[in-house]
Order: sequence, then C-alpha cells, then structure tokens
Amino acid sequence: MLIPLNHLLVFTTLLFCIGLYGALSRRNVIGILLSIELILNAVNINFVAFSKTTALAPEAGQVFALFVMAIAACEACVGLAIVLALYRNRKTVFTDQINLLKW
Amino acid sequence: MDQIFVYIKKAIVDLVGTFLPESVEIMTSILISITVFCLLGPLLMMYMTWLERKVVGRIQNRLGPNRVGKFGLLQPIADGIKMLTKEDIVPKNADKIVHLLAPILIIAPALLLFAVIPFGKNMTAIDLNIGLIFFLAVSSITTIPIFMASWGSRNKYSLLGGMRSVAQMISYEIPMVLSVVPVILTVGSLSTVAIVDAQSAWGGFKWFLFTPWGLVSFVVFFLCSVAECNRSPFDLPEAESEIIAGFHTEYSGMKFALFYMAEFMNTFTLSALTVTLFLGGWQGPFLPSWIWFFLKTFVIIFIMVWFRGTLPRVRVDQLMGLAWKVLLPVTLVNVIISGFWYYYHNFWALGLGTILLFLTLIGFMKLNRNYMPEKRVYTYGN
Amino acid sequence: MPELELLAKIACYVLMGLTVLFAILVVTVRDLFHRALWLAGVLIAIAGIFIALGAEFLAASQILIYVGAIMTLVIFAIMLTGKISEKSIARTNIQWPIGLVTLTGLAFFMIRIITQTPWNFQSTSMEAHISVLALGEKLLGIYIFAFEIISVILLVALIGALVMAKKDNSSC
Repeated sequence: MLIPLNHLLVFTTLLFCIGLYGALSRRNVIGILLSIELILNAVNINFVAFSKTTALAPEAGQVFALFVMAIAACEACVGLAIVLALYRNRKTVFTDQINLLKW
Repeated sequence: MDQIFVYIKKAIVDLVGTFLPESVEIMTSILISITVFCLLGPLLMMYMTWLERKVVGRIQNRLGPNRVGKFGLLQPIADGIKMLTKEDIVPKNADKIVHLLAPILIIAPALLLFAVIPFGKNMTAIDLNIGLIFFLAVSSITTIPIFMASWGSRNKYSLLGGMRSVAQMISYEIPMVLSVVPVILTVGSLSTVAIVDAQSAWGGFKWFLFTPWGLVSFVVFFLCSVAECNRSPFDLPEAESEIIAGFHTEYSGMKFALFYMAEFMNTFTLSALTVTLFLGGWQGPFLPSWIWFFLKTFVIIFIMVWFRGTLPRVRVDQLMGLAWKVLLPVTLVNVIISGFWYYYHNFWALGLGTILLFLTLIGFMKLNRNYMPEKRVYTYGN
Repeated sequence: MPELELLAKIACYVLMGLTVLFAILVVTVRDLFHRALWLAGVLIAIAGIFIALGAEFLAASQILIYVGAIMTLVIFAIMLTGKISEKSIARTNIQWPIGLVTLTGLAFFMIRIITQTPWNFQSTSMEAHISVLALGEKLLGIYIFAFEIISVILLVALIGALVMAKKDNSSC
C-alpha cells in the first residue's frame, strides 16, 4: 500500500466537502451537477481504498465503485435532460429564478 | 535483423547501467521509448500526408506533388516550414488560455496511444494488462480539446463544427468498443501482446479476420475508425466547402499543424490497432516482424485514403443514422455470435453464424427503409 | 527499488494535491465552461490515483465513462443553455457563507474521527492484486443480480432522458 490509509481518507473527505459546498452554493443548475460528480468520485476513491486495506473480499470495493460509476452516468444523463427541458420552458438555468412553486 | 531495435535499446540501457544505479536504468529505458515515439509520430505523420496527396492525386488522374524532392518526398518538410513561419492569429474576443491549450491537449492522447501498440516481436513499449481498454479510453479523451477549440474561438461556425464533430466521435465510439468485445472474448485477455499471440496458429496466419464474427468486427471497426479520425466520407466537421474548417477555423500556423498532426497520428494508431486485433499484428513468414507490421498498417491506411478519394461526403443525419441504427445492433448480434463460435468450432457454426449475421444486417437495413432517402430518378439521362 | 517507490509515492501525493486544487477551482471559478474543464482535470487525476491504488481497470473505465462520455454530455448542455459571450454575473447564491462554515466544521469533525479510528487491516486484501478476470468472475458470479439491475437502470435512464429532452412537436 503506497500511502497510509489515513491520508487517503482525509483527502477524500476534503474532496467530498468541497463538492458539497459547490452543490449547496451555486446558482447555475449545471454547476450543481458538476459538484455532485465531485462527491461521487470522492466516494469511489473511498471504496477502492477500503477494498484494498480492510475489506474481507478484495474485489468488492472495485465492483461497487464500477456500479457507482454507472449510476453516476445515469444520473448525469437524466439531470442534464431535465436541465434542457427546463431551459426550453423557462429560458433560464439559475436556481433563484426557477421559483414558480414558491409561496 | 528482426530484433535489431531491441538490441540497440538494450545496449544503450546496459551502457547506462554500468555507471549509474538500477532505477536510473529503468528511467533511461522509459525515456528512450518516449523519445522514439516523439520522433516517430511526426515523422510518420509527415509521410502519411505525402502518401495521401500522391494517392488522391492519382485517383483524380493527376500527379501529386512532384516538384520539391525526387517524387515530392521533401514536400512534407516544405509544408512544415510553411506552417512554422505562418503568422499566429488569435481572434480578439477569444478566450486566450482555452484557445491556446486546445491544440496541445489534443496531441497528448494521440502520442500516448503509441505506447500499447505492438510494433514487432518484443517491441511493445509497455505491455499493460489492460492495454486495449487503455487505448479506447485515451482515444475518447480527444473530444474535450475539440470542445475547447470550438468554444474558445467564439465563432458560431466553429461551435457548430465542433458540436457536430463531437457528436460524430461519441456516436462512433460505441460500435467501436462493442466490435472489439468478441476479440476480447476469444483471447481472454486485454493485453495487445496476448491478442497478437492468440493469432499465431497456422504459421501466423490464423487471423481473426477469417472468422465470421471477425469479418463483421473488422468492417465495423474500420468504419468507426474512419469516422473517429474525421476523414472522408465522414468528414463533415471539417468539410471545406460547407463549414469552412469546422472547429479549427480560427487556428493558423503551428496550432493548425498540431491539429492536423493529431488527426493523422490518430489515423495511424487506429490502423495499427486494426492490424493488431484482426490481421495478426506483426506475424509473417520471411521478413522481420516490424516490416510486416508497417506493411499491413500501410495497406489499411491506403484503403482509408482510397475511401477519401472515391466516396462522396455523408450527410449528418445519414452519418448518425448509420452509427446508431445499423452499426450498433450489428455489433450486439456479433457479440452473441462470437460467443456461439467460441464453443462450437465446426462447419455448421460457420455457416449458421454467417447466415445469422447477414440476416441481421439485411433486417436492420430493411427496418430503416422508411427513414432513408429514395433512389434518385434521372429524367434526362438514359 | 526504493527510489522508484519513493517516486511513485511523490507522484501519488502530487496527484492528490492537484485533485484538491482543481476541485477548489471547480467550485470557485466564474465561467461555467472553465469549471467543466477543471472537472475534467479532476477526473483524470482521480484516474491516476486509481492506478496508484492498483485498480487499473477502474482507472481506464473512469476515463472512458467519465471523461469520454459524461463530460461531453455536460459540455453539450453548457453549450446549449448558455450564450457564447456571457458577461460574468454573480455565481453563488445567498447560502454560501453558511455553507462554507458548516462544511469546514464537517471536514474538521470527520478528519478527527478518521485519524482516531483503529482501522482493521486485512493482509489478504493488502496483498491481493485484482485482475480484470477476477472482476469479471465476481460480476457474473456473486454480484449478478446487481449487474442485471444496473442494466435495467441504464435502459430506463436512457429512455427517460430521451423522452424528457425531446422537442415537444405536438403543441404549436
């Protein structure tokens, strides 16, 4: 194992928090989607790191990371389709201008 | 004679190894490989442009360039000097950093792909155990610099050309990856060296081309690699009569030379991969292995240039229709048939497999019949 | 060779640092297209980290799926919903100070927990090198159910995205 596990976990925590900050504080919907991809990637690295060190089955983490990648692809695809449909209807992609349902 | 390059490299590495420690030896070996590729890539690209101009000229019933050298052999050098001395124009509103980075980032994957190709016996730079997927993954990075080039130029025609080019590239990546799956299934490994070794029966002639799924895979992979390199007949993104030059409209001088170089290096590496996967790689009877490899690769490149000189350009909806409606279902059926072939190796399997594949192809073409334009009727010709 | 291992360690730390730097750039730069490009940089650096951790097939799939397909999709969406020369307007909404404070707190908290936990290292996992063959055997062995479900999910996502992004030709 090249790097101690703690360093990898601290790194993925930082990546996760940066992604979460981006998801919470961006105005553009596509920007939020980009930050969600950061979160998913941090989780992927966590899976692989744990599967190499503390897992009982050594390939479980990698298989799971592959599934997470496929789900991230689906989610990006559907999310961007929603954004396109939204743009066509409301002509804007900023979150504070999409407030028809707000009271 | 066969292993001459391997001996030269080993001699240099041993020379370094007598003075310096072992880790420096390994780094020297890697550095030699990198230097060879950085020299070989542009050299090959220059002489491929020469080949293309001569062959297209002959197809069009004229001589190609023949003034500069004996047969025009110094023409690529003259082209290089011209491109180096041209003025470098950047549009005023362009995004300078993105505009500058795009040609650099498109060359990097094109050069990386040389690392997994088996040029001859024991002459692969790195024998990765995921070699084939590495190749396909790195060649799919090329879409992002095309976006950067088209967006950073702030030009509507660049944007349109760039989007068309990327749509074409990603649509043709899927049949390309799927048509390689039967090869992986039969060989059982992703390493390019193992794929060449699996075709070594019958005196080095048991190519995957001679199996029914191999023939279909070869045709699909070849068409997809012609489309991936934005060559005719799929060269709508850079058609000069339609969209000026597509995503590289606003580039002049050395930056355009880098785009051009990336396209030709992609052509070479994809032809090299076709040869490795379906035509037996470097195997052959009498000549050294690397000569066989280059001979076979240049036959495939010649066929690509032949396509360019002969076929007219495909329209964009026909192009996408071909990828999604015809090539993709054919590759999916091909995977099933190759699995069937892997288990039953006899005459009935051969016949049944071929018939099934033809039926699928004809079936899908008939199903798409109402979406294709009708045959032209010439009222004044007879 | 200890020097090469040291070089590999340095490369891995450099990649991790680059990833965090690019991630910060993703959430702070003004122009949306530049943000997408920095995200592509993050994804390629993460593929490098996967190779350092010994998961080569995952690294190649990461580049093929994320950079080759998802980033292309994202950039297409950016191009279709943005104008070519956009002046820079405000890019963060009103929640950003609270977000910053909360997430810094969360990061500190989690890092304290991580460094204090005694992780249970298994030597079988640490010495095993997973080949593509082993991954394939497990995917079609134990995890076959998840594999089938994910193919159904991919099909559903494909059809759903097509339906949602289609132009509505019926109403005038």
